[in-house]
Amino acid sequence: MRFSIYRYDPDKDKKPSMKDYELEIEPGSDMMLLDALQLLKEQDPTIGFRRSCREGVCGSDGVNVNGKNALACITPLSSLKGKKITVRPLPGLPVIRDLVVDMAQFYRQYEKIRPYLINNDEQPVREHLQSPEDREKLDGLYECILCACCSTACPSFWWNPDKFVGPSGLLQAYRFIIDSRDTETESRLEDLDDAYSLFRCRGIMNCVSVCPKGLNPTKAIGHIRNMMLNRGV
Amino acid sequence: MVKSVTSVGRSGLHDWMIQRVSAVILAAYSIYIGVFVLSTPDLHFSVWQGLFAQTEIKIFSFLAILSLCFHAWIGLWIISTDYLNILALRLVFQVVVIILCLAFLLWGAQILWGF
Repeated sequence: MRFSIYRYDPDKDKKPSMKDYELEIEPGSDMMLLDALQLLKEQDPTIGFRRSCREGVCGSDGVNVNGKNALACITPLSSLKGKKITVRPLPGLPVIRDLVVDMAQFYRQYEKIRPYLINNDEQPVREHLQSPEDREKLDGLYECILCACCSTACPSFWWNPDKFVGPSGLLQAYRFIIDSRDTETESRLEDLDDAYSLFRCRGIMNCVSVCPKGLNPTKAIGHIRNMMLNRGV
Repeated sequence: MVKSVTSVGRSGLHDWMIQRVSAVILAAYSIYIGVFVLSTPDLHFSVWQGLFAQTEIKIFSFLAILSLCFHAWIGLWIISTDYLNILALRLVFQVVVIILCLAFLLWGAQILWGF
């Protein structure tokens, strides 16, 4: 099987280039893209990429495969079409080396939405209880692993990564807005009510089509907008 | 919270709402005019003038121009903030768009009411 991998070492290379690799895979067998990358790294130890849990939990190995963002560790080679598999770093973020990107901008947006529970009510003796119905509202939101596949597939995030929170951050924002134990709903909605933070979403749903966890940031963004409408009309 | 000085509204929700309402008005106006043109086989100057002599049509037309003005302002503002990265170029583009939108609005009012 042939691979074309994005190579860039800012200390040596003037500009990035694509390098072709060949990997012998037994006919009829399958493996995850991350396993293939590991085998290619044995051929060429200079290939750089991030990985950790190798089971789609840590979100370290987000890459762009054949033009679509995915987690290498849960992407079977059999699911990839074409004679040559092209692997590039996640688009829109500065490249540190090869497939490793600088996630600082992505994390800055995550930090902006205050990703923690804020409760200004009197503290309970033991814990904040939540009904099963209220807990259910967090399903489809809390599962986000911050791999950045969605935000780096979003043109609005490419053009304004410093101002648009991005699908991942907004999904997380809704996770705290809708949490019955959080008392900062109003100020959280207020923080997002400018022309960029949330409203730069044009609803093209690239985020939904690439999310490796099957989450729906566009829907969460719609919910936040409806909550804003409810308090603004 | 990101502050913007050349957008129509002061809040993202405000712009979003105006964009949608103006789109509905523009769609309704386009359909109305389209149906009128197609259903009037002998469309000459007096028929056209008769149509626009009615106060309702004047108001509807003015609302459509107003909607076009706000819709274009918001839309082009968004495009300029996505694609024009040189500050001076972006600012000049936005100011020209705003001036043109307002000029067309006044011109439209003058055509409709003839003052």
